[in-house]
Amino acid sequence: MDNNSAPLIEIESLTQIFGNTPEKVLAKVDQGMSKSDVLAETGHTVGLRDINLSVNRGEIFVIMGLSGSGKSTLIRHFNRLIDPTAGKIKVEGDDILTLSPKELIEFRRHKMSMVFQHFGLMPHHCVLDNVGYGLSIQGEKPDVWKTKAKEWLEVVGLEGYEDQYPSQLSGGQQQRVGLARALCTDAEILLMDEAFSALDPLIRYEMQTQLIELQGKLHKTIIFITHDLDEALRLGDRIAVLKDGEMVQVGTPEDIILSPVDEYVRDFAKDVNRAKALKVKHIMDRSKDRVVDCDSEDGLNDAFNKHDTLIWTKNHQLQGVVSKNRLAAYQAGQIDSPLLHQTSVKKKDYLQSVLPLALLTDHHLLPVLDSDNQVIGSLSNDALAEVLNPSFDAA
Amino acid sequence: MADQSWLTEFPDMSRRELLGIRKTLDGAYRDFSRAYGDQIEAFFDPLLSFLVWFENLLLNTPWWLVLGVLAGLVYFMSRSWKLCVGVSLSLLAIGYFGMWDNTMRTLSIITVCTFLAIILGIPVGIMMARSNRTQAIITPFLDIMQTMPAFVYLIPVVMLLGIGKIPGVIAVVIYAIPPVIRLTNLGIRLVPHETLEAATAYGATPKQRLFGVQLPLAMPTIMAGINQTIMMALAMVVIASMIGVKGLGQPVLKSITNQYFTLGLLNGLAIVALAIMFDRVSQSYAKRTQKHLGGDQNGQ
Repeated sequence: MDNNSAPLIEIESLTQIFGNTPEKVLAKVDQGMSKSDVLAETGHTVGLRDINLSVNRGEIFVIMGLSGSGKSTLIRHFNRLIDPTAGKIKVEGDDILTLSPKELIEFRRHKMSMVFQHFGLMPHHCVLDNVGYGLSIQGEKPDVWKTKAKEWLEVVGLEGYEDQYPSQLSGGQQQRVGLARALCTDAEILLMDEAFSALDPLIRYEMQTQLIELQGKLHKTIIFITHDLDEALRLGDRIAVLKDGEMVQVGTPEDIILSPVDEYVRDFAKDVNRAKALKVKHIMDRSKDRVVDCDSEDGLNDAFNKHDTLIWTKNHQLQGVVSKNRLAAYQAGQIDSPLLHQTSVKKKDYLQSVLPLALLTDHHLLPVLDSDNQVIGSLSNDALAEVLNPSFDAA
Repeated sequence: MADQSWLTEFPDMSRRELLGIRKTLDGAYRDFSRAYGDQIEAFFDPLLSFLVWFENLLLNTPWWLVLGVLAGLVYFMSRSWKLCVGVSLSLLAIGYFGMWDNTMRTLSIITVCTFLAIILGIPVGIMMARSNRTQAIITPFLDIMQTMPAFVYLIPVVMLLGIGKIPGVIAVVIYAIPPVIRLTNLGIRLVPHETLEAATAYGATPKQRLFGVQLPLAMPTIMAGINQTIMMALAMVVIASMIGVKGLGQPVLKSITNQYFTLGLLNGLAIVALAIMFDRVSQSYAKRTQKHLGGDQNGQ
C-alpha cells in the first residue's frame, strides 16, 4: 500500500448509542429515527450517528461542534477509550476494534498519545515523572525516559520545573506538561481533546502558536477537538463540523466560511473574523486578463480596451499597476512614470494584513504574487469588500 | 366476631411453629459447629499463636524498652517531637496508675485487629470500586455489620469457637472493618476521571492503573478509613472483654457490675489515651506522605 497517499485513519459508519441495550436500538437509528424520538421511545441517547471521515498523514484535522455535539465522544473512539456500537475504525488500514486487550495496550503505547481538556496530569507525580509517564509504564529504564522527558520539557519551555508538582503550576504550564507528555512517547498520532479550551485567551493563543511551530518541525498527525471556530480555522488543515452527533460538513477552513452547507455551519461562521481567517489566495482573481506582459510601456496601449487599470509585468516580473489616463499623460510627457503604484501582496497573506494596502492604493487593484514572486492574479477592492461584508452569504 | 380477630391482634405464627424454627436452626448450627468446630479452630490456630506471642512480647519486655520503642515509632511515623513527648507522658501516667499490663494487652489485640481489617478490607474495597454490582451486593452487608448489635453475632462465634481471644478478634474485625472498605471504595471512585483516562490512553495495564494511579490518589481517603477502623476497634474493647478478651475492657466491665466509678473512669481514660495516640499518629503519617497534594486546593 502506498503509505503517503492512503489516509492514516479512516472511520466508517461509526455509530454510538448510550443506554442499556444499544444493539436493539441500532436498527431504529440506522433507519434514520431522530435523536429525540429514540430517546422518547427507548430511553437511549444517540451519541454519534453514521460518522465517516478520513484523516491524512501529517495534517491537523479539527473536529468542531458545540457542547453535546459528540466531539469528545468521537475523539475517544480513536484510541478506544470508548467502543462504538457499530462501525469501523481503521488505522493504517487495520481495524483497531479487532485488537485484543494486549494488542490494544501496545497500540495505545506506541501509536497515539492524548492531551486532555483539564490536563489529566498525575497530581502525585512531579512534572518530570508526568512527562515520562508514557515511557515509564512501557518499562523503559528510568535514566532513558528521564533524559527524554527533560528534552521535551525544554522544547515546551518548562526547563527548571522538573521537580514541581502539577498543582504548583499555572493552567498554561500544566497544559505544556500535558503536551510534553504526549510528545515524549514519539507516537505518530496526537489526539487533543479541547486541549486549549480551559486556558485564558492570551495563553490559548500562545499555545496555538507553539503547536503550529512544533507541527512545522514534527509533522505529526493531529486530531484536534474544539468548540472555537477561530481556533479551528487557525490550526486546521481540514475541519469537520459535528452537530447532535452527526457530521454536517468536512472541508478546508475557507470551505466552511465561504460555502457553509447549512444554517448551522453558517451561524457558526457568522461571527468569525474573516480578515483573520481567510488568505488572499481564497478570494483573488486568478484570471490573467488584467495582467499584461510586455517589454515596454508602449505595448500596454492595446490592452486598455476592457479595463482602465492593468498590471504590467516584464518577463513575468512585476513592474507595477498602470492606468489608461496615467499612461496617456506619461506618453504626453506630463509625468515621469506611467506607474500608479508598485505595491503587491503575497497569496499566503491574511486579508487582515492586506487591508491597509488596499485602503492606501485607491485604484482598486493589487497584484498577487506567489512564493517565487511571479504574478499569479489580482485582488480587487470589490472582492475584498464583498468577502468581508457579513451579509455577503445571504445576498 | 371470632374470624375478625386479625383486625385487633396481629396474625402471628403460633408459638409452637416459632419454637420449631428456632430449634431447627439452632440444632443445625450446633451440629455444624460440632462437626467443623475443630477444623475451624485449627484454621485460626496460627493467628492465635501469633496473638499470644505478640501479647507476651509486649508484657515480658521491660516497660522502659516498650516505651522507648513506641516513642521511636511515633517519631518515625509523624516526625513530630510534640506528639512523641505527649505519647510518652500519657503512657507513663497509665503505668503509674497501674494499668500498664492491661494497656499492653489491649494494644496488642487492637494492633492485630487493625492489620487484619486493613489486609481484608482494602481488597474488598477495591473489588467494590471496580463494579457497581459488587458494590450493590456488599453495601447491605456492611450496613448489617455496622448496625447489628455486637452481642448478636458474638453468639454464633462463641458457639463455634468458645470464649477467648479469637472470637474477640473476629467480633472486633467484623465491627471495625466497614469504614476501611467503604472509604477504599469511595476513594477509588473519586479519582478524577480524566487522570485515569490519561493513564489508559498512554497504555497503562489494569495493574498499573490500580497501583500507579487509583490507590495512590485514593490514599488520603483510605487513610481516613483506616483511622475510623482503629477508633471503632478501640470502642469494641469493652464488649470483647465480655467474651474473655483480657485488657482494659475487663476492669471497665468489673466497675459496671460493682459500681466502681473511679476504676471505670481510669481505665476508660486509658482507652481514650490509646485512641488519641493511634489517631494522631496515623493522621500525621497520612498528612506527611500526602504532602504533594497540599497545593491542590489553590492549584485548580
